[in-house]
Amino acid sequence: MSTEVKPQEKERLFSKKNRKLLTDPFNESNPITVQVLGICSALAITVKMKPALVMGLSVIVVTAFSNLITSLIRNYIPNRIRIIVQLVVVAALVIIVDQILKAYVYDVSKQLSVFVGLIITNCIIMGRIEAFSLGNPPWKSFLDGIGNGAGYGAILIVVAFFRELLGSGTLFDVPILEPLGVYELGYKNNGMMLLPPMALIMLALVIWAQRSRTKSLIEKE
Amino acid sequence: MNVNSNSYTYAFAIGLVVVVAAALAIAATGLKPAQDANIELEKKANILSSIGLQAEDAAAMYDEVIKEQLVLKNGQVVSGKQPGSIDLAAAIALPEADREVPLYVAEHNGQTYYIIPVRGKGLWGPIWGYISLQSDGKTVYGAKFDHKSETPGLGAEIATPMFTDQFPNKVVFSDTYTGIEVRKGDASGNQQVDGISGGTITSVGVQAMLENCLKPYQAFLAARNTPAPEATTDTLTVAAL
Repeated sequence: MSTEVKPQEKERLFSKKNRKLLTDPFNESNPITVQVLGICSALAITVKMKPALVMGLSVIVVTAFSNLITSLIRNYIPNRIRIIVQLVVVAALVIIVDQILKAYVYDVSKQLSVFVGLIITNCIIMGRIEAFSLGNPPWKSFLDGIGNGAGYGAILIVVAFFRELLGSGTLFDVPILEPLGVYELGYKNNGMMLLPPMALIMLALVIWAQRSRTKSLIEKE
Repeated sequence: MNVNSNSYTYAFAIGLVVVVAAALAIAATGLKPAQDANIELEKKANILSSIGLQAEDAAAMYDEVIKEQLVLKNGQVVSGKQPGSIDLAAAIALPEADREVPLYVAEHNGQTYYIIPVRGKGLWGPIWGYISLQSDGKTVYGAKFDHKSETPGLGAEIATPMFTDQFPNKVVFSDTYTGIEVRKGDASGNQQVDGISGGTITSVGVQAMLENCLKPYQAFLAARNTPAPEATTDTLTVAAL
């Protein structure tokens, strides 16, 4: 994804502060594991890698561009209809993404079904607009959007990796366990992995791993 | 400029909506051809899968295998009409005599198959599928069902091989429609299949769908598989020439 936005600031395009906008959501302010946003879709579409990847990319596009657009018009938005304006922008972007998926990756769009439409209600997007893009210049907002979308997507991919590998024995529908001879050792595909409860447990394990690595996330008391 | 005044707020809202509407309209019309092509391709893949074929390039295989695409009314071919023009959802609601229904005739490995699209009601929404008959026009060769919103694990099981694999070799026509009955647990013979536990309404929906959608084909298929009427058709064609 490229961007044509010219920075108005004297700051360099990828200054330390701007890079932080991109990288923070992967760890210290991850939308799923730390802010606990967007959980619902994270549980629903992580059975396989491909839908998870496409969903991640779709959310990146929507967060990035909704942040960019609302940031560009932030000084012109009447405060009283602020939320409605945000919704209109996000909804329009989601519909466009949905249409593009239907046109170019039809099978994936069928698997994602209603969840593409539900990106609109993904709290990450509204959260980032309210918290960040309405008070920050376009380029920073754009980076923040990409960062948060990618942070969301990354968790989706991690969860989907384990669910598809252990549940179906494949990755991106390519058989992995079979050529490795794991089945001969007595492993059977774990059907539980394909059901929503395991997504919750996987997610909890990811949060556990992240918190034991990043001590600053652990609440005192 | 006061961005919080009433008139500005109205103007902004109207302007925004107009811009967004234009963008969406452009996206929708621009992408429509590609989307329609996908839907068409999926339909072709489904038709092929009802006779057990799966292909990387469904469109090419479809052109190769499907020999005739007919539209029938009252057991007669309606000339000059393509199945693509038929809205099955609307057609199945009409009385049998007024109905125009599509029929696909496939040839593969020297065998003729008749493929019939079916559509009906499940528990939560529409169910649909394709039934293929063997060259005698009476015996089921394969079945494929799909659904919009049946319950996963219950009604949705009609789309799985566990259910559809029961259909081959069932006999749906003798002199009239004899049908397939969806039974609870004790299916036997060539006219009964096992329903789905916990998916009774969907299973019954399948039975009703088959009855409603297959009946209109009986006359045509019977006539086509009796040698004599075919000769008449030939004479007619000659006469017409």
